[in-house]
Amino acid sequence: MRPGASNRRLWFAALALAIAATPAAAETIQVTIDKLVFSPATVEAKVGDTIEWVNKDVFAHTATVKGGWEVMIPPKKSASLTLKVAGAVDYFCRFHPNMKGRLVVAP
Amino acid sequence: MLVRHTATLAALLLLGAAPLAQAADKPTDPQIAHIAYTAGVLDVEAAKQALETSKNKEVLDFANDMVRDHEAVNVQALDLVKKLKVTPEDNATSKALTKAAAEERAKLATLKGAAFDKAYVDNEVAYHKQVNGALETLLIPSASNAELKSLLETGLKIFQGHEQHAEHVAGMLK
Repeated sequence: MRPGASNRRLWFAALALAIAATPAAAETIQVTIDKLVFSPATVEAKVGDTIEWVNKDVFAHTATVKGGWEVMIPPKKSASLTLKVAGAVDYFCRFHPNMKGRLVVAP
Repeated sequence: MLVRHTATLAALLLLGAAPLAQAADKPTDPQIAHIAYTAGVLDVEAAKQALETSKNKEVLDFANDMVRDHEAVNVQALDLVKKLKVTPEDNATSKALTKAAAEERAKLATLKGAAFDKAYVDNEVAYHKQVNGALETLLIPSASNAELKSLLETGLKIFQGHEQHAEHVAGMLK
């Protein structure tokens, strides 16, 4: 009984360490597209994080930064981008330029 | 007589939604469904003419986007009318849109190259503006079924996006 409890304690300690380590690791942040709206419209992230756009529309969309990158997001599909550069960028859908979003990327 | 009729139609198109709103009583859901569907079909036909005629990459990309989006909207529209057991009903607005589109198509058929591209894209800006006006001031407020209203609202956002996209392409052609 005693060795079992000690094992369990060790196990919890390891788990706690793993959880404590998580915030430093890269995250995947979802942005949903529904009825031509990026939601949330503004995302705060950090370099190394991945943005995953989940397109619930039957229309193709893009996430496009003027003079920068572009991600194609087919209808009813998802597409991702791993953030490599810090800074704030505005993006829009090239097919429907009235759709706008913003990424604020910390170093 | 023909001249006067054409002039009336031109005025209707130039002024956009306002004359449509005054032209008739509030359209019914079956009429609204018909107008929205017709507007989509006409823009797909215009895009197909552009795909056959234009050599400009921006114009061709835009036309492909129009075909893809309007066909997608209309698939949803057909699914919805089926679900609601509504039979779309032809009406004066649908007829006016169809007639104006036929005239525009005939006009564009006489043009080639840059002149065609400019005329097509300028008309796309004007056409989307006109349909957006009709959606905002007449069709959406008149729709009584909530699902139809919601589809029209999504359609409005799509059309507004196309209007901006068309304006962007028009700017690049200059």
